[in-house]
Amino acid sequence: MFTMTINQQQVTAREGETILEVAKRNHIQIPTLCHLEGIHQIGACRICVVEVEGAKSLMASCVTPATSGMVVRTHTPKVRKARKVLYELMLSDHPTDCLHCARSHDCEFRQLGEVLQVDVSRFAGQRSKNLVDTSSAAIVRDNNKCILCRRCVSVCNEIQGVGALNAQNRGFGTSISPGGDLLLGSAVCAACGQCTLVCPVNALKEKDATKMVWDALADPELTVVVQTAPAVRAALGEPFGMPPGSLVTGKMAAALRRMGFDAVFDTNFTADLTILEEGYELLGRLAAGALANGAVTREQLDTLNLPGHLPQPVLPMITSCSPGWIKYAEHFYSPYLDHLSSCKSPHMMLGALTKTWYAQKQGIDPKRLFVVSVMPCTAKKYEVTRPEMTTDGIANVDAVLTTRELAQMIREAGIDFTHLPDELFDSPMGLSTGAADIFGVTGGVMEAALRTVYEVVTGRELPFEQLHVQPIVGLERIKTASFQFADVKPEWSFLEGVTARIAVTSGLAGAAHLLDEIAAGQSPYVFIEVMGCPGGCISGGGQPRPVNDDVRRKRLEAIYREDEGKPIRKSHENPDILTLYSEFLGSPGGHVAHNLLHTHYTVRSRT
Amino acid sequence: MAQHCDCQTAVIDEQKAYQTLMQVIEDYDRKPSNLIQILHMAQAIFGYLPEKVQRFICEQMELPFSEVSGVVSFYSYFTTQPKGRHTIQVCLGTACYVRGGKKVLDALKGLLEIDVGETTPDRRFSLEVKRCIGACGLAPAVAINNVVHKRVNPNKLQDMLSQYE
Ligand code: SF4
Ligand code: SF4
Ligand code: SF4
Ligand code: FES
Ligand code: FES
Repeated sequence: MFTMTINQQQVTAREGETILEVAKRNHIQIPTLCHLEGIHQIGACRICVVEVEGAKSLMASCVTPATSGMVVRTHTPKVRKARKVLYELMLSDHPTDCLHCARSHDCEFRQLGEVLQVDVSRFAGQRSKNLVDTSSAAIVRDNNKCILCRRCVSVCNEIQGVGALNAQNRGFGTSISPGGDLLLGSAVCAACGQCTLVCPVNALKEKDATKMVWDALADPELTVVVQTAPAVRAALGEPFGMPPGSLVTGKMAAALRRMGFDAVFDTNFTADLTILEEGYELLGRLAAGALANGAVTREQLDTLNLPGHLPQPVLPMITSCSPGWIKYAEHFYSPYLDHLSSCKSPHMMLGALTKTWYAQKQGIDPKRLFVVSVMPCTAKKYEVTRPEMTTDGIANVDAVLTTRELAQMIREAGIDFTHLPDELFDSPMGLSTGAADIFGVTGGVMEAALRTVYEVVTGRELPFEQLHVQPIVGLERIKTASFQFADVKPEWSFLEGVTARIAVTSGLAGAAHLLDEIAAGQSPYVFIEVMGCPGGCISGGGQPRPVNDDVRRKRLEAIYREDEGKPIRKSHENPDILTLYSEFLGSPGGHVAHNLLHTHYTVRSRT
Repeated sequence: MAQHCDCQTAVIDEQKAYQTLMQVIEDYDRKPSNLIQILHMAQAIFGYLPEKVQRFICEQMELPFSEVSGVVSFYSYFTTQPKGRHTIQVCLGTACYVRGGKKVLDALKGLLEIDVGETTPDRRFSLEVKRCIGACGLAPAVAINNVVHKRVNPNKLQDMLSQYE
């Protein structure tokens, strides 16, 4: 602790703080543009400059460490003029489309103009960039709007470890792109959308699906079905002014019904289904391993409700419900794709069931069914375009909306969201357990799977307080835990005493670490959960901005609240899932389930 | 049958070139911090850094393409275009500029139908610009393969170029 002076005010500073941080703690607001706490702190834009006594030039406060006795002035005429000039220069290379720009309500560049009171741009001139890259199924890059802050570069390279975006060329020719003539659609981009969360302007955004969905809703020939992912309900309130962490499950269902969807289903239903499919796949892999080394006989296995064809005994098995993670693995870890569970992601399962089981039940031609998924995720826009995501030539899911897009549509439909009553999802794919809710947060799929797997094997509840596997709850990048199968049911005797180590990660850089262990033959785990976005789906690339750890924590708490409030908290106890199996699917991993609910992966180039 | 064709030798040369590059990468311990040196060597081996060579380096060093491409496009001494047999450098230093260097450049661009930094499709010429090549007294100056041509007349460029096949 030491003291310094900011604007004639004595303030205390802590070792290692920047001028900006000290000012902020003392309620002095220094404008910033490129700075993003904890993610991007390289001092690219210089909007945050201040006068430091004794220094020859103005200093960027976001990267300049505070020192003892330092005398700082944050808003002198010189400083204000410098900021204005910098802003005007950026503005001279930026379209003034604000009136019809999707980001104007929360554009940080436009808001900064207001703060700085810039009224003219004196430097009208040539434009350096004009590329609008729509090649990706998930992300649109509008380089015209890019202000070169490089937040996306930091997120994509450091947090995600992907490196699909970097600065190219230099000076006036600088642009942010995948390099060479490459477009994002053919780059190694995982489609995670984390870059769209941090972009301060409208230069990175999801590919629009709202038009397609409005058209489907207006088509009298179509039955339009919608489903919502677990994480959407924990964030959809935010664009309507509700505080982060508000749960809006009931209002969301009500809004969707008012928008004209014919059936409002819940992806949580198929999250429960995923747990059964994935749980039994894991047990199948363990059994196949035991069979291979003689620890169990065929006869004993036949008494178990395992998939007809046992999977290969490849361990650790890794979750597959995050399509950004899948694409990343296909690019960077293609020799290890057999570690991935073969389960489709939950919304794909719901789509496949809608166009088969539900279509049959209702007597609707599957070609007249249009399935919309509302997701916290941009990668799912890409996922639905994968050729294997069809059944008999019919797409499982027809359109994916992000949480942000749904909010925009609700507004467009003139629905006063905050005053809606709470409504329920429709049957037969609306009922879910608490296990499904936690799919939305890092650690959740693992916990949900363990609640079922442990109980199937031992006949007892997972031995953790409130069923929460505490070591894997939270925002740390890599979390691990272990538990032992003890006093197992006789038919599972080959698992008696087996210690299962598990790992959970979110954000792709963490996944790389766990995959490197597998590549080196040193992975101690049997089961790994990977979610492509840091924190899991609650901060997926399609969620409302801004997203930071504070917001993440509040959404996470909301998700666990939803779980704990449910009368049923274990997927295998969902009565509607049991009906689905007895009526239609047979058994987990059985023939029908395998056809509709499982998939395979594709080797992709790492450049 | 025995038609002469050198595509076979070209393939072998290319293989050799990649083997050499591989050796270079090894020698530099595959360290990302040595990327610039490795790119220099690669350019020396191939003459330029086409996307294919950049991708090879990315694969070998486990670096993102966007990063390698970013470095290549940042430094002006890296080129992604093949070099011509002859390199023309038009001086745009102050003296040459005021005495018609720009006109010479524009005329050359028109004649060769290429822009600065590019190479003619027949690989005969590459066009570059320089800041002062030390012939200010006899401006405007042009260097071809490092040989300086002085007091260049923009209307008589054809004669000058015809000396280079
Ligand atoms: S990105 Fe921001 S500043 Fe640019 S046009 Fe859109 S709202 Fe305006
Ligand atoms: S979507 Fe993800 S992987 Fe693709 S450019 Fe953005 S941050 Fe990188
Ligand atoms: S695309 Fe957006 S985040 Fe990336 S540099 Fe441009 S303005 Fe910044
Ligand atoms: S905010 Fe400090 S340099 Fe951009
Ligand atoms: S300016 Fe051209 S030679 Fe010096």
